Amino acid sequence: MTSLGKKYIMAVSGLILVGFVIGHMAGNLQMFLHPDWINAYAYKLQNLPYGLLWIVRLVLLAAVVAHIVTAMLLVIENRRARPQGYSVDKPIQATFASRTMRYSGVILLAFIVFHILHFTTQHVHPEFRDLYRPLEGVGTIHGAYDLLEATGKNHVHDVYSMVAIGFSAQYWYISLFYVIAMGLLFLHLSHGISSMFQSVGLRNHTWRIRLDRAALVIAIALFVGFASIPVAGLLGILPYQDMVQGVHHMHPPTTP
Amino acid sequence: MSEKSLNLNLRVWRQKNADAPGKFVTYKLDNISPDSSFLEMLDLLNEQLIDSGEEPVAFDHDCREGICGSCSLTINGIPHGKGRMMTTCQLHMRSFENGETITIEPFRAQPFPVIRDLVVNREPFDKIMQAGGFIDQRIGSAQDANALPISKETADKAMDAAACIGCGACVAACPNASAMLFTGAKMSQLNLLPQGQPERYKRAINMVDAMDANGFGNCTNIGECEAACPKGISLDFIAMMNRDYAVAKVKRFFSGAA
Amino acid sequence: MNLDPKIPDGPLEKKWTTAKANYKLVNPANRRKYSVIVVGSGLAGGGAAAALGEQGYNVKCFCFQDSPRRAHSIAAQGGINAAKNYQNDGDSVYRLFYDTIKGGDYRSREGNVYRLAEVSTSIIDQCVAQGVPFAREYGGMLDNRSFGGAQVSRTFYARGQTGQQLLLGVYQSLSRQIGLGQVKMYNRHEMLDVVLVNGVAKGIITRNMVNGKIERWAADAVVIASGGYSTVFFLSTNAAGTNVSAAWRAHKRGAGFANPCFTQIHPTCIPQEGEHQSKLTLMSESLRNDGRVWAPKKKEDCGKNPKDIPEEDRDYFLERKYPSFGNLAPRDISSRAAKEVCDEGRGVGPVVAGERRGVYLDFRDAIQRLGRKTIEARYGNLFDMYENITGENAYERPMRIYPAPHYTMGGLWVDYNLMTSITGLFAAGEANFSDHGANRLGASALMQGLADGFFVLPYTLGNYLGSIPPGEAGKIDINDPAFADAENAVKESVGKLVSIKGKTSPRSLHTALGKIMWNKVGMARSKESLTSAIDEIRALRERFWNDVLIPGGGDELNIELERAGRVADHLEFAELLCFDALDRNESCGGHFRVEHQTEDGEAVRHDDQYANVSVWEFTGVGNKPKKHVEPLNFENIKLAVRSYK
Repeated sequence: MTSLGKKYIMAVSGLILVGFVIGHMAGNLQMFLHPDWINAYAYKLQNLPYGLLWIVRLVLLAAVVAHIVTAMLLVIENRRARPQGYSVDKPIQATFASRTMRYSGVILLAFIVFHILHFTTQHVHPEFRDLYRPLEGVGTIHGAYDLLEATGKNHVHDVYSMVAIGFSAQYWYISLFYVIAMGLLFLHLSHGISSMFQSVGLRNHTWRIRLDRAALVIAIALFVGFASIPVAGLLGILPYQDMVQGVHHMHPPTTP
Repeated sequence: MSEKSLNLNLRVWRQKNADAPGKFVTYKLDNISPDSSFLEMLDLLNEQLIDSGEEPVAFDHDCREGICGSCSLTINGIPHGKGRMMTTCQLHMRSFENGETITIEPFRAQPFPVIRDLVVNREPFDKIMQAGGFIDQRIGSAQDANALPISKETADKAMDAAACIGCGACVAACPNASAMLFTGAKMSQLNLLPQGQPERYKRAINMVDAMDANGFGNCTNIGECEAACPKGISLDFIAMMNRDYAVAKVKRFFSGAA
Repeated sequence: MNLDPKIPDGPLEKKWTTAKANYKLVNPANRRKYSVIVVGSGLAGGGAAAALGEQGYNVKCFCFQDSPRRAHSIAAQGGINAAKNYQNDGDSVYRLFYDTIKGGDYRSREGNVYRLAEVSTSIIDQCVAQGVPFAREYGGMLDNRSFGGAQVSRTFYARGQTGQQLLLGVYQSLSRQIGLGQVKMYNRHEMLDVVLVNGVAKGIITRNMVNGKIERWAADAVVIASGGYSTVFFLSTNAAGTNVSAAWRAHKRGAGFANPCFTQIHPTCIPQEGEHQSKLTLMSESLRNDGRVWAPKKKEDCGKNPKDIPEEDRDYFLERKYPSFGNLAPRDISSRAAKEVCDEGRGVGPVVAGERRGVYLDFRDAIQRLGRKTIEARYGNLFDMYENITGENAYERPMRIYPAPHYTMGGLWVDYNLMTSITGLFAAGEANFSDHGANRLGASALMQGLADGFFVLPYTLGNYLGSIPPGEAGKIDINDPAFADAENAVKESVGKLVSIKGKTSPRSLHTALGKIMWNKVGMARSKESLTSAIDEIRALRERFWNDVLIPGGGDELNIELERAGRVADHLEFAELLCFDALDRNESCGGHFRVEHQTEDGEAVRHDDQYANVSVWEFTGVGNKPKKHVEPLNFENIKLAVRSYK
């Protein structure tokens, strides 16, 4: 693969992942609304028609794999291009973010794996699988009722409580890890978002300044948006904190 | 005109030839006029070495006014030293402190092997040019120079790209030893001009392929190259190359050519 | 020595056409059988290599730099002349021809100069088509400026780096031919001898500067385009690596050397700061359009801050001596005036070797008149460069300037076809003597280099190759005794240099030579100064061969060996320069003999005796060279006295 081919792959896979992260954050912010919102949203996503969920998951997986494999190739080739380093190595203007993409990337990968085990497959806390809650009719915009009605169920997985408990004070170290990871995401994207445009040739001096600023704004927004949830969970200050079910409140799903 | 002189410790990379291992050797050099250029300071070091029967430090240099691109050197970790928009030969000793230790290393990159001491082989740049850094214009058969008007903006932009002196500081400064600033500048100068259009996409592919074949690293959009460039060549030219190459590949894909 | 200039008959404007129409041609299918060696990769050499490669000949091109793109043509700043008359200000081929002959003080050939002016227009066409980004007007047309006091705007330019852009154009053509395999490029190779087989140039000997290998190369013709010899003065505006070696070794093999005493001194350079200095930096002459040149009237003021010197104690010597041209007096005249002032002890700036070498170039009045903004817009980059080198702010304190050796008009003698007096050996660009007479006009060097390389040699060399039957082409045997002899001689001299192991570095010997040359053979020359210079050069040469110290051996990259070889050649060549200067009993162009001046210090030419070319034949190191004369016939131009009063 040519050097520029790798650039394009990094840019395109990066763009997909950034797009996902923005959507993901928007969804997550429902944690600040009534539990119905995020629970209905999650239920809807889980039950998308035509196997869309898996299509999206596969696309994301492909993007992640492409991003990582290409990044590894870049690291290997770039090391090979400079077998002997400088004894004094002083960056002139490069940002910390741009010079540490590979490190922020590796930690983010570890974070993603943990995050999936934590909240998607719930291997970290298998007991989260037993959190259920009936929909009260607040978060109807997702049309989850129609889906639910068809199945005859009245309970959905209580994502709201799962997240709130997952980030609660007893698991403070997990919240901390999330916040740190989101800091790294900020770092990674503050360089990456503008860099994508450079890589596909859609940037010049004027737009570099604008895109750098836009990247910073997006990266900050993502950091604040994402990190607000573990922080709120940790401090127990979610607006509907009193609606969090304790794990001891768990009860099995009622089947019709 | 400055009166006081400098005493320096020079930590210089010494390497007998391409195959020999190299190492740093520290030399003391006293009474350097702050008005000397950096290379004149090295001239004096060499005079001192010759006087004591040692072999002088080999380094590339020629015009000594910042245009030929011969001089190189990574000085205290920065190609061409800390002066912005200037080459090593334009750097003057007044920007150093008395008693300072100055580390002088060759430009380091796999495609630029050390030949001796601070001299490196930069022929891969020539190879990139030979692959497509030209306009195929038979000598003596050109139309009148004013038959093809070119807007001042285009001409100025092409000139910005053409200002590259081929010194290799971009490669030396890049943590990945990438040659994209050089290749981007050389390609964009010609791709911007109407004369360069007929071979624009062929040029893009051939020059990038030659760049890769010579073992340069990949660009990760860090921008050290632009900061180290003594002529201030802009990253914009890398973006232009990225675009032209992408278009070239797409065109080639749909044209059915290999 | 056969010095037939072979200028075609007929009227001036028909000569080149006639010549081209009568040249022999080589069938395109046969061209690949012929090989050509080109030494040097600047505008002339690189251009010739590219053009000949494109025509289908096998070309080998050699340069001592690490890439052909670094040849010293790159350093030219101002521009390139061409008789395009795009400005509609009355320019023409004839006018450019006339200006060049007159500017050269009537010491060049009409035929050659006319051809130069004629092809100048094609140069611009070619370069633009190749993508050289010349400055343009808003309407998209090429921009021009007036340069060096010319009365028309015929100079094309690319910011302050016209030389670099033109050289890159040539390098790109050359790269294309290298990529196609038509030209083989040998970087870091230094030519150390020309090989003559039965008196005809058939190859060269080089030293590979990376591993020290001495190698033989054969070809049907050899072109020397190795530049000028200003570095004989050690301090000059030329690149540190420029040298006379290739031309000098050709001369030692029998090529006549023409007018070596015609050297040009440029008036606006940054003065020397100290003994350590390695080069003098040129600043554009355009500075003199707005700056006023002066020196203190009293010696005791020389060390003062110029601000503290009252107006009545300042001597605006150019305005005083040349009221009509003032600060814009031609290069040679301004340079000499500055030197005289310093010789009187009225120079300014640091004391170097017991003397202050510099005069002020003051922008105070221009800043008052036009405002600092305007001056910044016009000369900002030059003021920055000056501050970078000297550490002084020229908006606040007048600039200091001093003349420096810049260009050499003399060179290997060539006929109209650019062939030297050795059959099969050609010389192009600054390495030959042909077009600039005794003084070169600004923006004409780039023009000549490209003319020779792109537009003259491809025809004239083809004509020469056409005289070699295809059956004999490329049949030169590098095992011929002539190659072995030349190689052995080179090996012997390299071996001798590294074995001396004396006490003096090549650089300090070069500096010593430079001092002799600058003080005695520089801007003003006299019989005494030249005679004593010859003695001193001989003594220095003796010292060189007894006491030079070259650490390391010959079979490795050895920067001191390279330098020593060049200094050794300079030490022989310098003597020839002195002999020529001594022999030319007149003042003309860059050659000023104090015995030949008017009461006001103006140059006096002696057209009755010296309207000719002095061509020197080598007779052995230390022997007086033998002089030959090629008369110059002026059929179209009437010789006149230059006056700038």
